[in-house]
Amino acid sequence: MENWIIYILNGLYFASFLFLTALGLSIILGVMGILNLAHGSLFAIGAFMAAWIIGALGVHAPVSIFILALFAALILSGLMGLVLETSLIRPMYERALEYQLLITFGALLLIEDLIKMTWGGTAYYASKPFEMMGILSIGDNQYPLYFLFAMLITVVAGIGIWLIMAKTRVGIMLRAISMDREMAKAMGIRTGRLNTLAFGMGAALAGLAGALVVPTTPALLGIGMEPLIIAFIVIVIGGLGSLKGALVGSLIVGETRSIGIVLFPEIELPLLFLVAVIILVFKPKGLFGR
Amino acid sequence: MLNVKNLIKDFGKLRIINSAGFKVKEDEIVSLVGPNGAGKTTLVNLISGHILPTSGEIEFFGHDITFASPYRRIEMGIARNFQITNLFENSTVLDNVRICLFSIYGKIKRGLLPASHYGKITQEAVDILDLFGIVSKKDLLPPSLSEGDKKILDTAMAFALKSKFLLLDEPTSGVATGDKFKVMDTIVSAIKREKMACMIIEHDMDIVSDYSDRVLVLTEGAIIADGKPKEVMEQDNVKEILFGVRV
Amino acid sequence: MRFIGQFLRPKSFVYLGIFIVLLFMPKVLPIYQLMLFESGLTFAIMSLGFNLLLRYTGLLSFGHGALFATGAYAVGMMGRYFPELYRIEILIPVALLVSLIVSALFGFICVRHTRIFFSILALALSMVLFALLVKLYDITGGSDGLHIDLPSMFGKSFEGMRRPEFLSGAYYYFLLCTFAVSTIIMLGIVNSPFGKALQSIRDNEVRAEMIGIRVRRYRWYAFVLSGLFTGLGGALWSFVNGHITPEVAEWVFSGEIVYMTLLGGFMVLEGPIIGAILFTYLKLYAVSITQYWMFIIGATLIILVLLLPEGITGGFVRLFSRIKKSEATGAA
Repeated sequence: MENWIIYILNGLYFASFLFLTALGLSIILGVMGILNLAHGSLFAIGAFMAAWIIGALGVHAPVSIFILALFAALILSGLMGLVLETSLIRPMYERALEYQLLITFGALLLIEDLIKMTWGGTAYYASKPFEMMGILSIGDNQYPLYFLFAMLITVVAGIGIWLIMAKTRVGIMLRAISMDREMAKAMGIRTGRLNTLAFGMGAALAGLAGALVVPTTPALLGIGMEPLIIAFIVIVIGGLGSLKGALVGSLIVGETRSIGIVLFPEIELPLLFLVAVIILVFKPKGLFGR
Repeated sequence: MLNVKNLIKDFGKLRIINSAGFKVKEDEIVSLVGPNGAGKTTLVNLISGHILPTSGEIEFFGHDITFASPYRRIEMGIARNFQITNLFENSTVLDNVRICLFSIYGKIKRGLLPASHYGKITQEAVDILDLFGIVSKKDLLPPSLSEGDKKILDTAMAFALKSKFLLLDEPTSGVATGDKFKVMDTIVSAIKREKMACMIIEHDMDIVSDYSDRVLVLTEGAIIADGKPKEVMEQDNVKEILFGVRV
Repeated sequence: MRFIGQFLRPKSFVYLGIFIVLLFMPKVLPIYQLMLFESGLTFAIMSLGFNLLLRYTGLLSFGHGALFATGAYAVGMMGRYFPELYRIEILIPVALLVSLIVSALFGFICVRHTRIFFSILALALSMVLFALLVKLYDITGGSDGLHIDLPSMFGKSFEGMRRPEFLSGAYYYFLLCTFAVSTIIMLGIVNSPFGKALQSIRDNEVRAEMIGIRVRRYRWYAFVLSGLFTGLGGALWSFVNGHITPEVAEWVFSGEIVYMTLLGGFMVLEGPIIGAILFTYLKLYAVSITQYWMFIIGATLIILVLLLPEGITGGFVRLFSRIKKSEATGAA
């Protein structure tokens, strides 16, 4: 029985960085109408940055160094997102959506090799924070405190985004754009700048997610591809444009993955996909889709 | 042929169509008039299957099509054009019509021989374009047509679907005033030749009185008048609605 | 009669000429160049299939590598489990059948959604297939993959022959003819009523529905056809490569498929063919001078999208029409 509690808690850990990634993807999709294929690469930038900092500085890494690493990852990915949006995506607004997909795909390829150029092709291990935080005992089982830390960061980030969206002027404008772009433009909202902001936010969230994951998974080339697909599955399950959907979606996917690893090891991705397909058959617009 | 009974359409709390009921006979030309926002396009959408009603019945040749899919209704013989011209921008004018013919003749699945091989259908497409006066433009692409010609093409496509009942949403809007009657002549003579029934949404009352067998006046979702053009337009309530004349 | 008639145009004679020239390639090219060219031909068949979806149906698939892999693995698995049936006249139809089934399934899942979702769903599906190919080691050989033996062709066995010899002999002509036939079939499809229906769906979904075309169903048909061509390419390629690994199902190769089609230009039928063949040489060259291959295709893809979205053939078409225009005005 206690094993199952552990599996569920593990699922929550997966759900955490999934939620951040999916939230980022959803913001970009909602505000700009673009499906950012480079999202996984932005995740990867965050992962490598954090892993590198921890490896380089964190020999006796207190938690503060890790927090620094998180921020650095977040900022680097966010900046990359801003660069991408202004240089590549903006010229594509007028073009067909397929071109936007192609350009984000080109960006994906570029960034993957940029990562290779910057950090080389080896794996970066950054397990110090994980080890440092220690273990919590639940009955006979042990639960890493790091997982709880990751969930905490996720909750903080999630609340932060929610506050921005609900309470600030900028957030309200972003939501207006995502609901009806034409109307928002007609009301004088400067969509150009806000698009850039949205993309930067989404990118930063992806980077943060990547950084959160490195204490348990080494940063490797191609690390971002699966999160991209799974984040997409989360959005599809949860429904486009819904924060609640992203949350519920990531919980479902996180738990499915956690249980899947135990029951059907080796085929987590196909299993996730199967779950998504089944949900879509009954609810083509996702669970909370508009 | 077409029998609409107690049709109601609500969008949330808003009742757009309020218990509309009327009949259309085979090869009758009926005009649907009314002020803006009365629900004319919604009514056409309900008949073509684009939207489904909240309650009520639509019968076509005795069959209940109230909730039938648009495909089903096309198969049964209902076709429509669009208020905002809705064409295949990257295909030639000829192809725009030809595709409708392929579809209605069930040849649309044929995948090996080139379209030009289907001589009879191609010729028929040319004939239809000729009937509507745009055959000279058959190899052009829609973006290079005038607004009026686009409307005509749109109508020609609906016509090509060989339906028994054609729904036309403002077929002459966007057409230069001088040409409106020419366009209507073309459309109406083609329709009458094929013995099609037709329901036209129109704002131009001259066109309505010249070309319709009957007129339906729709206001706030309800039909307040139904009869021959001359009679209907003499009715006080109609005059008030349409011309703002207080009697 | 008119069907034959469309083949009596000047263009057709040019192509016939090219075909005849290509028949002599084995005599002219050194063997490794020939093998590269053969790879290019198989990619060309694959790209024709890909472009049926992109140009004619308006759907951009980032997962076509999976369909390519399906064809190749069909051959490999036949070799492993039914070696007594390892004849090309059986292998190709089997590969087509397997491709049919897989694309029917993939397509069914993907076409039910909007065009953007379609693209990433295709990517997701290909990653699922990739994961399965890697994990199911016992059946598929896992990441080691499967070896592809030389098949017998129409009764003639090539056992004991070395692969380069096989590829410069009977196989080359078989491949070339298959390529020609595929191109002709694709030409027929895109000009047929069915092809016109696909184009109308691409241009105006709503209107297509309103004239009685069941959009979802036709997209599915297009996907299956596309999968057949792509799977055929994969099967034919497996003989050239001699080996099949899960990598071709991965997103990188799917991206390369998109890339080569865009490079050649997706607006005309010949575009993807040219793009595919060019790409094989480009890749070989680029990979030999740098390890940052993805950067190169990423950067050039972006440049293509920004500056030359219709690819090389598109550039030529525009150049050609500009020349024609200036001739016309010059004469006037």
